[in-house]
Amino acid sequence: MATPAEIEKQPLAAPAEAEPPSGPAAALILAGGIGVFCMGLVTTLGEASTGIADGLQWNDRVGPLSGKTLITVIVFAAAWALLHTLWRRSNPPLRSITITSAVLIVLGLVGTFPTFFQAFE
Amino acid sequence: MHLTYREWWALVHGIIFGAFFLLAFSGGLAGLWSLRAEWVTVEGLRERVRRLKIGTVTMALAAWGTVITGTWIVYPWYRSKSPDSPKSKLTADPATADWHTFGMEWKEHVAWIAPILATVAAGLVVYYGAALARNRTVRNIVLGFFVAAFATAAVAGIFGALITKAAPVH
Repeated sequence: MATPAEIEKQPLAAPAEAEPPSGPAAALILAGGIGVFCMGLVTTLGEASTGIADGLQWNDRVGPLSGKTLITVIVFAAAWALLHTLWRRSNPPLRSITITSAVLIVLGLVGTFPTFFQAFE
Repeated sequence: MHLTYREWWALVHGIIFGAFFLLAFSGGLAGLWSLRAEWVTVEGLRERVRRLKIGTVTMALAAWGTVITGTWIVYPWYRSKSPDSPKSKLTADPATADWHTFGMEWKEHVAWIAPILATVAAGLVVYYGAALARNRTVRNIVLGFFVAAFATAAVAGIFGALITKAAPVH
């Protein structure tokens, strides 16, 4: 175990290697926003139309929640894969992509709030 | 002292995965907050980043485990058409109907947002690694996703506990 004196002599974690490209991170951040927005959208659509709710019933025991959750996971994974392929070597602006993702997340949260989606019944 | 088969699954869904999620969140939050290049040595940074990767990936896996067991194993028992099911009992009485029409309706949907946000946070930690200590913007983005994942899971967890108290799955 290092003594306090030895620890003091150790170099601090100063800037060293170059930053990795922001593309893969931006792909993940935006895919997350798209996934959350998708959950809000299918929840509200399922409430607005019995036809859509029936179409979302991919499993009888779980009911329409089965379709909503599987569609959301598929959309999230597909968006992640597609955006990653498009951006893996580029440097898209992380700040504006995060803001876009945050807006999608807020909209998704609104879409999953019962007082909101039950208004479409 | 005895737990039924369904109670065991409710325990795995709410307590086992939930406890892992909570532990990973507290460790990850402290680790992320204090991960600054000016505060740690190179050796310390390497060790912290390794722990942070394990913590955030564990949190994401626990979140996926919670929603998958909750939706595909426990929820069918909750929503069964039988008059003894928790949903039937809650909706039969106007005094308790809101536990389903508001509480469960919110919980079952908002819960699925937590693993998505936790996966984004874990993915960013794994991708950036030690560079997180130098990049304050990315660190703050990770913190935002990490806390949002916890907040959505907390809504689902609190309603889950309250609904189970009002009408447990037996």
